[in-house]
Amino acid sequence: MPETKPILMQGNEACAEGAINAGVRFFAGYPITPSTEVAELMAAKLPDIGGVFMQMEDEIASMAAVIGASIGGMRAITATSGPGFSLKQENLGFAIMAEIPCVVVNVQRMGPSTGVPTAPSQGDIMQTRWGTHGDHPIIVFSPASVYETYYLTIAAVNLSQKLRQPVVLLLDEVIGHMREKVLIPGGGRLIVEKASDKAPADWKPYDDKGVTPLVPFGFGRYYHVTGLYHDQYGFPTSDPRQVERALDRLHDKLKKYRDEIVLTNYIGHREPKVAIVAYGCTVRSARAVIKKAYWQNRLPVGLLSLQTIWPFPDREIKELAEKADVIIVPELNMGQLVGEVERCACGRAEVIPLNRYDGEMITPDQLVEKMGRWLS
Amino acid sequence: MVRAIERTGFDQKDVVIVSGIGCSSRASGYLNFNTLHTTHGRALAFATGLKMARPELKIFVIMGDGDCSAIGGNHFIHACRRNIDLNAVIINNQIYGMTGGQYSPLTPQGSKASTAPRGTLERPFDILKLARGAGATFGARGTAVQPRQLEQLIARAAAHKGFSVVESLSQCPVAYGRRNNLGGPVEMLKSMKEKSISVEKATAMDENELEGKILTGVHFSIEAPEYAEEYYRTVTAEENH
Ligand SMILES: Cc1ncc(C[n+]2csc(CCOP(=O)(O)OP(=O)(O)O)c2C)c(N)n1
Ligand SMILES: [Mg+2]
Repeated sequence: MPETKPILMQGNEACAEGAINAGVRFFAGYPITPSTEVAELMAAKLPDIGGVFMQMEDEIASMAAVIGASIGGMRAITATSGPGFSLKQENLGFAIMAEIPCVVVNVQRMGPSTGVPTAPSQGDIMQTRWGTHGDHPIIVFSPASVYETYYLTIAAVNLSQKLRQPVVLLLDEVIGHMREKVLIPGGGRLIVEKASDKAPADWKPYDDKGVTPLVPFGFGRYYHVTGLYHDQYGFPTSDPRQVERALDRLHDKLKKYRDEIVLTNYIGHREPKVAIVAYGCTVRSARAVIKKAYWQNRLPVGLLSLQTIWPFPDREIKELAEKADVIIVPELNMGQLVGEVERCACGRAEVIPLNRYDGEMITPDQLVEKMGRWLS
Repeated sequence: MVRAIERTGFDQKDVVIVSGIGCSSRASGYLNFNTLHTTHGRALAFATGLKMARPELKIFVIMGDGDCSAIGGNHFIHACRRNIDLNAVIINNQIYGMTGGQYSPLTPQGSKASTAPRGTLERPFDILKLARGAGATFGARGTAVQPRQLEQLIARAAAHKGFSVVESLSQCPVAYGRRNNLGGPVEMLKSMKEKSISVEKATAMDENELEGKILTGVHFSIEAPEYAEEYYRTVTAEENH
């Protein structure tokens, strides 16, 4: 077994390391706090491994360049924060429609607008879901530790390639800037394949039968890539039957691979009376509460942490609502994902939000206070 | 453009056509190459990523006047500045054709447009001067009425290493001509031909004589380091496993 060595690193650093270890060789971006370290690390590392780093003129161009590079066969990623993420939305929609793999990192800060650029926030939950126009599907991961950032970045890159679907890695300022121990497997060597064409002769870029791997440009497979509704070869169509089928196709691939996409983790009592549903940095405060309340005091409490927030883990919430009387949803916003939890709990459990939007973390004490009433 | 590509002897599989959004940008969907029809104004940014990932590709970027100089203006000047080896072809019909005739940054001052019923007050860009000022290393202008010259200009631009711009003056009889009493397609082409004069001939003429003329031919051709090549010179190739 190759040696696994613990390394102390920042969430943003883990993201860059994870991307490179997942074979990413192209980064295009524009500086913005609190995501800039991802760009700086990529700028330092990529040229040494045959990769491309580009600082573009803005976030719109960065997103476009990432899509262009991906069509050329390089695994590509970009990183930004809320205001820049807004600028990327149109081209993110293009990548979804044209089924071009790419990963977009959004290290959230406090908005709207320039807000408090250095303060933590989870204000972009709905922007990641509905930021681009049209009835599109999206995959969004939300890591709660540096370690999770590393592994979810790798998962994001691989899933994006497999499904030809953009994946958003939604960090927050706390996770991006926090330093923690990460275990990175040593010894092994990653083989990054050069762009090539190994597809069968009857390969189609948008095969009706399902997702095919992308054959990059430049290998004599002539096809069209467009943001318009298109047929199996990528050429535009507005035939209602084909249009409907094409939109179903985008959603069906996420449904088909649902179990690979939707990642959650439960800790605590098997039959909880009070459960917490959390994602990102608030998971950490919740975990501290569960440690004490369950591991020490054996109270009927539990924590469902969501590594995937979109597509929303509906089944997992339904199951939890069958058991728990109360579900508490802590968020560093005025209440965004709590609406989804409510929808899925469907009245089987009472859903109570816990919100903080002053630029500070939700503390374990705040959670205990909220839960206390239900535990006595 | 297709004839120019044939003339250069490029292998079909190495040629990529990228375009933005507009009537002119629909051209990519009618060509038998790898073709990429992007978002409005962003074609050059997509093409930049593709070129950097695969520097061996020969990339042509078709844009409309509005596409390139309004919404895409920022990407345009930065592509010029980097001197990245892309071949920009701007199809300039002096109007937003696809959306029905609104004025663009290349609409002549005083022209009527659906959003300028009394004539536009805005002064247009000279896109080649803009390109040159921003750092492009090849700039040429041709017209739809002189296809042979246009073919030559695109072929020269394609052979040029660095960022090249070919402005191809075209016409939109429906959204521009009719509103400005310029006659039908034939009259518009005729007048385009009358107004055209080569840059060589123009050197002997003064400002008054050049008023309203279309200067065709190669406006500038400069040698300078090309971005993708320079980048890859500084990069350590990944070990082959
Ligand atoms: C972000 C965005 N804004 C606006 C539009 C609408 N739109 C489509 S084409 C176009 C103008 C095209 O004009 P031009 O680039 O000159 O091309 P032409 O149609 O004249 O060839 C506009 C404004 C769009 N598609 N996307
Ligand atoms: Mg136009």
